Amino acid sequence: MGNEEEQLKSLPLDDLHKAAGARFGGFAGWSMPITYPLGVMKEHLHARESAGLFDISHMQLFDVSGPDAARLLSRACPLDAEALQSGQSKYTFFLKEQAGILDDLIVTRLGVEHFMVVANAGNAAADEAHLRGVAIDFDCKIDALDRVFLAIQGPQAADVLRKAGITGTELAFMHGFEPKPGWFMSRSGYTGEDGFEIGLPALDARELVNKLFEDERVAWIGLAARDSLRLEAGLCLHGHDITPEFDPVDAGLIWAIGKPVREKAEFIGATALLAKLASGSSRKRVGLKPDGRQPVRSDTILIDADGRHVGLVTSGGFGPSAGHPVAMGYVDKDILAASTPIFAEVRGNRIPVHIHPLPFTPHRYHKG
Amino acid sequence: MATTYFTEDHEWVRVEGDIATVGITDHAQDQLGDLVFVQLPDIGTSLSKGDAAVVVESVKAASDVYAPLDGEVTEVNEATASDPALVNSAATSDGWLWKMKLSNTEQLAGLLDEAGYKAIIG
Repeated sequence: MGNEEEQLKSLPLDDLHKAAGARFGGFAGWSMPITYPLGVMKEHLHARESAGLFDISHMQLFDVSGPDAARLLSRACPLDAEALQSGQSKYTFFLKEQAGILDDLIVTRLGVEHFMVVANAGNAAADEAHLRGVAIDFDCKIDALDRVFLAIQGPQAADVLRKAGITGTELAFMHGFEPKPGWFMSRSGYTGEDGFEIGLPALDARELVNKLFEDERVAWIGLAARDSLRLEAGLCLHGHDITPEFDPVDAGLIWAIGKPVREKAEFIGATALLAKLASGSSRKRVGLKPDGRQPVRSDTILIDADGRHVGLVTSGGFGPSAGHPVAMGYVDKDILAASTPIFAEVRGNRIPVHIHPLPFTPHRYHKG
Repeated sequence: MATTYFTEDHEWVRVEGDIATVGITDHAQDQLGDLVFVQLPDIGTSLSKGDAAVVVESVKAASDVYAPLDGEVTEVNEATASDPALVNSAATSDGWLWKMKLSNTEQLAGLLDEAGYKAIIG
């Protein structure tokens, strides 16, 4: 343990989190604030009711620019980057040739030849190598940016930013821009709430954080509540709910790949993905609601009444807003079609588990 | 006259005669964070020292609470099962977990006193 901890990278604002009384834990190679003194339950509810501030600087921003930037992204992702309007963001992926999901990403068009790609912390190095590998055939430049990345989420987020004098609160959901040099801001998030994500240099970030905390509605929210918020919102965590073993058809994420993109089939993984679309998946990603209060965690096997394996939980815990355990996982389609009762076995308890629509708590995005 | 002992596994044990009441320490509940589920043993369960007697689950993870001594479960605190947050708010009082009839009170000598426990948690 000691060695692992020593190797963890510290966030640029680490001292601010320490001063705020955070408890830290390792995640994707980073020492991350897991909870603050408020505690995961209150932090979670705060983000749903007010304005929660998250330090997500472990995530990686890639600036992609040049004459072929759009063509590169349309090759590397199942995405029509040329068709994106300036300022428009799109949820997309890097896929393997076999269509397994290497990572999920948000791509924002910032200009004719200019895009921002936001990637997951755990995949940042592999993503960069992958993108640079694809880019060999294209005339463009990829910069892995060194930024603090903050998310402010919740129904009061826009008003808090407006009062702090931050421009960009007029953005619609899934849109982004560069408010000033070195800054990137989008109306997006990972909680199901309205909110913004802002990438900016560390000195500017300190100034912004200080300004934001002049507003009583703002509280730091740790990684534990970030996880329960996104799970209630039905959003996938790469490495759990989606992995290179699952393709977008299995994961029910084909909505993120427009029909014209599928028809053009220019992206890496297109052949395999189209074949999978034609054959269909034998499993489906679903929301799961265990009976009672006992959480059913990630990696729990789902069984039918005869004990036959019929699925797997990929994320699970307690939903503070839902008020009951919440989970997500994959279930065999024939089981879903027949509405066969399913169970999770947790320490000898056989817990009935019900298929539940996602999200568990309604999204409250600002569609503009 | 009750005496309170502690374990290195962050439990407190209040002993009156041969009946012990067991709970987790305030330090333990603070480390675990908000509890959302408590699984209590059945009354009559025979426990050996070190057996997992109770499971407490926070939003993030499940943790075992071990039997600090040998004995038989005589009572459980159902209030913690219906309201796990009680363990957070009153770990050393209303948030007790179970009572047990001790079969070997000589084992008490192996437990910590309050000063010994405080030295462990620093």
